[in-house]
Amino acid sequence: MSGVFFRTERLTVSFGGLAALSNLDLEIQEGEIVGLIGPNGAGKTTAFNAITGIVKPSRGRIVFLDADITGWRTPRIARSGIARTFQNIRLYEDLTVTENVMVAAHCSVRYSVVEAISGLGRFRSDERRIHERAQFLLDLMGLTRFAREKAGSLPYGSQRKLEIARGLALNPQLLLLDEPVAGMNPHETMEFCELVRTIRTELGLTVGLIDHDMGFVMDVCHKIKVIDHGIPIAWGTPQEIQNDPKVIAAYLGETSA
Amino acid sequence: MLGKSTFCGEALFCTKVLPGHFRNAFCITSESEERAYVAAVRGMSDTLQRNDTRITPGRDRMLTCVSLATFLCFLWYADSYFGDYSIRILNNIAIFTMLAVSYNLINGVTGQFSLGPNAFLAIGAYTSSLLTLSPEEKLRTFIIEPLVWPISEISVSFPVSIVAAGVVAALLALLMAIPVFRVRGDYLAIVTLGFGEVIQVVANNVVSVTNGPLGLKGLPPYTNLWWSWGVCLLTILCVVRLVNSSYGRAMKAVREDETAAEAMAINAFRTKTLAFTFSAFVQGAAGGLLAHLITTISPSLFTFMLTFNLLIMIVIGGLGSTTGAVIGAVLVTWGGELLRAFEEPVTVFGYTYEGIPGMRMVIFSVLLVLVMLFARSGIMGRHEFSWQALINRCHLIGNFLRRHS
Repeated sequence: MSGVFFRTERLTVSFGGLAALSNLDLEIQEGEIVGLIGPNGAGKTTAFNAITGIVKPSRGRIVFLDADITGWRTPRIARSGIARTFQNIRLYEDLTVTENVMVAAHCSVRYSVVEAISGLGRFRSDERRIHERAQFLLDLMGLTRFAREKAGSLPYGSQRKLEIARGLALNPQLLLLDEPVAGMNPHETMEFCELVRTIRTELGLTVGLIDHDMGFVMDVCHKIKVIDHGIPIAWGTPQEIQNDPKVIAAYLGETSA
Repeated sequence: MLGKSTFCGEALFCTKVLPGHFRNAFCITSESEERAYVAAVRGMSDTLQRNDTRITPGRDRMLTCVSLATFLCFLWYADSYFGDYSIRILNNIAIFTMLAVSYNLINGVTGQFSLGPNAFLAIGAYTSSLLTLSPEEKLRTFIIEPLVWPISEISVSFPVSIVAAGVVAALLALLMAIPVFRVRGDYLAIVTLGFGEVIQVVANNVVSVTNGPLGLKGLPPYTNLWWSWGVCLLTILCVVRLVNSSYGRAMKAVREDETAAEAMAINAFRTKTLAFTFSAFVQGAAGGLLAHLITTISPSLFTFMLTFNLLIMIVIGGLGSTTGAVIGAVLVTWGGELLRAFEEPVTVFGYTYEGIPGMRMVIFSVLLVLVMLFARSGIMGRHEFSWQALINRCHLIGNFLRRHS
């Protein structure tokens, strides 16, 4: 495929007069892990929200797999192959862990409401397929022992992993992770780093992620985009970013002459 | 038994809290050994402490069939030997169970606050009544203004009229759902509340269709125990199956977190519309059954109080639980009748209690307050009935009694 895998062109989001994000050009090649970093309030999560259709971009374009997905509704974008996690974990807390994952496979369900009520047709085979898929993903994320627990009763780190398992059930091509290692200790972060690499290679995924843990981001990402106050300031490999004076200034403040 | 479970508790505590300590204490060296051990311990504790979810479809199906057969025998006995009053209560229970279960689907499972069942009940009742009344009876009933033409000639069988009642209610629900569910928020409550009032006004004023405040009289009393309970059991079956399918999971996901549901490719609009339309269909059909049970309907029958009663049922039973809705409907319908005893004069030890009219509502309210104080999530919470849970509960009670005797 010679076309575009994922690209935003001058993506801008304004709330009233405030530009939360302006002119973001982000290009992700298939198979890459791309990081989006910046100080608090820089507009990283807004970028993810705009990409997944949760907030409407005020200007710019989003292209995914050669299709212009700007202005599509969230479910349609999700179905087209972009899954995401949330910064403040948003699980279906009162559903079991398995159910959480199975919910995301709803778009792959082929049986109709009538088949569901009568239990005939494709109902049984489809349910079995979804259930097996959920078990596979839970196994991949190391959550099998929690399968029957309520999602809300899981420890914090496992909730984060469950959110990823849920996203993977969509069968996405692009997975967006919003602060996946926030609140994890260094050991957990290292494990998580491996996990991201594993799911990328095993499932052939492309990953976009936001995080404040620089060690993690520098370690796992191929390319990094830095934004500050909604404005993109740098783009490059982890080495290039670490030495970029503009990035250092954004994080540590300008050096006064 | 006791020793074993303590041991499990201890082992679980170790695995959860003190992984290192756990490994040392049991001299487990390799990762896989530990994992196997943890799995074994968890398995044991599963069977002892928690609801065992071993898959036993054969046994469960048998138990369900036996209890259903017992219930049908009871219905047959009731139908043959019970008095009119008892049969009427049984019919009421069936219809209110239908209503509560369907109302719970939209309010409890999907989490969308609807206040419309009284409207759908009215629509269903009027639709099916107008369809089953014979042309001569219609001519006799509509004394203020004659019934408009096509309806005045139509006369269909009872089952067809029940389905038609459901379809008309569902279509109106669909019309309402399209604008309401386009936006997020509690607009459904406002719109359905208004719709209920509109239906009242229409029923009172469109005399050439509804016969106005006089209502419809002389309906054939088709609804018997078999019809009401047949449709009721069918409804419960359909709702349970729907809730346990992927569509049901989507409904629950919308209730839990709409944004997260949409990010997982669930069309929240379609999911909510499905739940709302489905519940309206059942409520319309229930209206048809109710009309042919009481044989006289008028606009004043379908006030907001009806919706309020249903709300009480599903809240007492446990919002979001189909089992809870059934329990709530039975308790409120039957209990309401039992409490009538407090309104009748009784003589106890020479002291005569005159009986206060309306006393049962006072007691009822007190009971409601107690439920809300001590069991805030209702009798069932969000749990559903399962044979295994029932058996486990019986074991627990058995053990308790043995220990204290």
